[in-house]
Amino acid sequence: MRKVPFTMSGEATTRPVPLAAQWRPLTDRLDRLAGPVFILPAVLVILAFSIFPLLASLYVSLSRLSFSEGGVQLRFVGLDNYAKLVVGIDRAHFLGVTRAITPVSAAILAAVYAGFVYLLVRYARSRGRTALGLAGRSLVALIGGAGVWLVVDTILTSGRPGTLVVTIIYVGVDVSVQYLLALGLALLVVQRLPGRRFFRVVFLLPMMITPVGVAYLFRMLTDTSKGPLYPLWTHFGLADVSWVTNPWGARLAVMIGDVWQWTPFIFIVLVAALESLPVELFEAAKVDGANRWQVFWEVTFPQILPATSTVVLIRLIEAFKIVDLPNVLTNGGPGTATESLTLHAYTIWRALDIGGSAAIAYMLLFVVTFIGITYVNLFRRRVVAMA
Amino acid sequence: MAVSYVLLGAWAVVVLFPLYWLVVTSLKTPLEVNSGPFYLPFRDFKPTLESWRYIFVDLREDTFRPYLNTVVVGLTSTALTLLLGSMAAYGLVRMRYRVRLGAVASFVAALAVAVAAVVAGAPWQLAVIGGVMLFLLLLQTVARRSRRALGNDDIAFWMISQRMLPPVAVVIPIFIFFQQLGLLDTWPALIIAYMASHLPIVVWLMRDYFQSVPLELEESAAIDGASRYRVFRSVVLPLSVPGLVATFLFVLVFAWNEYLIALFLTSANAQTLPLTVAAQNATRGPQWWYMSVLILIMIVPVIAMAIALERYIARGLLVGAVKG
Repeated sequence: MRKVPFTMSGEATTRPVPLAAQWRPLTDRLDRLAGPVFILPAVLVILAFSIFPLLASLYVSLSRLSFSEGGVQLRFVGLDNYAKLVVGIDRAHFLGVTRAITPVSAAILAAVYAGFVYLLVRYARSRGRTALGLAGRSLVALIGGAGVWLVVDTILTSGRPGTLVVTIIYVGVDVSVQYLLALGLALLVVQRLPGRRFFRVVFLLPMMITPVGVAYLFRMLTDTSKGPLYPLWTHFGLADVSWVTNPWGARLAVMIGDVWQWTPFIFIVLVAALESLPVELFEAAKVDGANRWQVFWEVTFPQILPATSTVVLIRLIEAFKIVDLPNVLTNGGPGTATESLTLHAYTIWRALDIGGSAAIAYMLLFVVTFIGITYVNLFRRRVVAMA
Repeated sequence: MAVSYVLLGAWAVVVLFPLYWLVVTSLKTPLEVNSGPFYLPFRDFKPTLESWRYIFVDLREDTFRPYLNTVVVGLTSTALTLLLGSMAAYGLVRMRYRVRLGAVASFVAALAVAVAAVVAGAPWQLAVIGGVMLFLLLLQTVARRSRRALGNDDIAFWMISQRMLPPVAVVIPIFIFFQQLGLLDTWPALIIAYMASHLPIVVWLMRDYFQSVPLELEESAAIDGASRYRVFRSVVLPLSVPGLVATFLFVLVFAWNEYLIALFLTSANAQTLPLTVAAQNATRGPQWWYMSVLILIMIVPVIAMAIALERYIARGLLVGAVKG
């Protein structure tokens, strides 16, 4: 820390020298403006390069863009681009192919909907209920219910999931696996073991590699004839199976790559959270005769819940943007089986359907916003209030 | 304890083996890569520096230009983002802002009208002037009536929520914008785009950190006559070095590795390394040997930095630890 020579300026205020007095009005005015000066640059950058393009994009998504001589032409087409995704020719690509409900999917749907109804009823009977809270929760249950139906009906039937469903699967699986792995590793690393600094540094490495590089790396590793795991494949009789031609194999490869790359992020945040916990808590628990399992559930876990909620939120938001991995690792294939929403938008953009691309981007934005807001309101706010 | 080591060691292998494979692949000839897995240099195959020579000697210019681009864009955008972001974060922690809802609505309305005008074919200079005038007009008339105002928490939420924006949703207008300015395929375009997309992270992380700086120190500096800028520069920033270092590292990693925005905004001159890596997927299939060299030279500086600054990272991250 640098030592700050406060006293000099302190003397200046009590015994003003002429020059300083001359400058005082100006510096005073500048000081009064400090609020705007601190925040305006950031606000302007965000306005100019996030909000403004966002509005422009909204307009693009509502029009058909065609390249004509000497420039581009925009024709307003209303919700056509969106209709194409939800009910039109791009439906199979975006939402997927749904088939008749099977007993298994019916059972899962019934269980999930029963759960939603139970939670809603419980909230409606609780003391802290508000009309707004109930309306919001009903909306969440409605949209969430539709989402679950879409997922179940494209995956557990003979249908085929579209890019929206695939993205949701990526996010759900990736973030939960990453969190569990990271939590386990963080708990192991914060023990006072010799050599833990080595593990901490090593575990950080995957995060530092460009996602494109990770994608190629995993393409090399998952190669069943030349990759380093070749003996393993032959041992299990899988040498002729190519991951990348089987839809679920390809998706699994993408998810493994993502888990490998982003577990470190959650890991480092959880390590920071665990290390900031006061030792007295654990000593008190030990004195009370709690075993390790109890200490974890009763002391450690509640204490790191705020950090957990934040880091999971960050990863949720970031995971939805997945593009490099499927693009490079599987090229979105086989067919469109591994395409994420961002990749979908990009392939459509390459086909010069700019309006359609913007519409997909907006769909992604809706999904992320919906999940982000739901998460913050239903889970995070409660956790933060508790802490 | 033994169990802990086994588990930690297992994950260390999972992390390190792919990196080891990169190194050995970069030392193989194409023939060796294609004819099956060889694990140990000198025993399974004879290592050669052929790929390294190709990247550094034959491709000299095509390697160093993207490298320079990545270094310049990464460091500049990270430094600027850190500056603007920590200023905003500090403002949000220590000052009180009240923005009338009506003013925000006026601004959005004026902006929407201006955008619509440009799209409908009006020259953009005219649209900007018209938009500004409309905004001022609305500000003086409609906005004055609104009572409700947005406070610090709302502004912080708004800024941080920008991170939810998928880059693909904004990249097309940004592309057109830089095209109009003739800045496509230049450093400034990338630097500005990265600043906008990484500001939310800085605000998020640094806001947490500044909240943990003891208020008394700042107050005593202010009593001694230091201006707010001076308090920020000479008291708050020096106390926040761990947070700044951790945030710097995170943002640098994001900017260093960014792919999608660079894909849209650059072509040849300002191309960054992730694009160079992706470009090794030639018509004859991916050229693993060159790619491995490129990935390795790309990650070495970041990894070196991460190792050097590792002790700051855990200390510098207070995400949600102080206040969610």
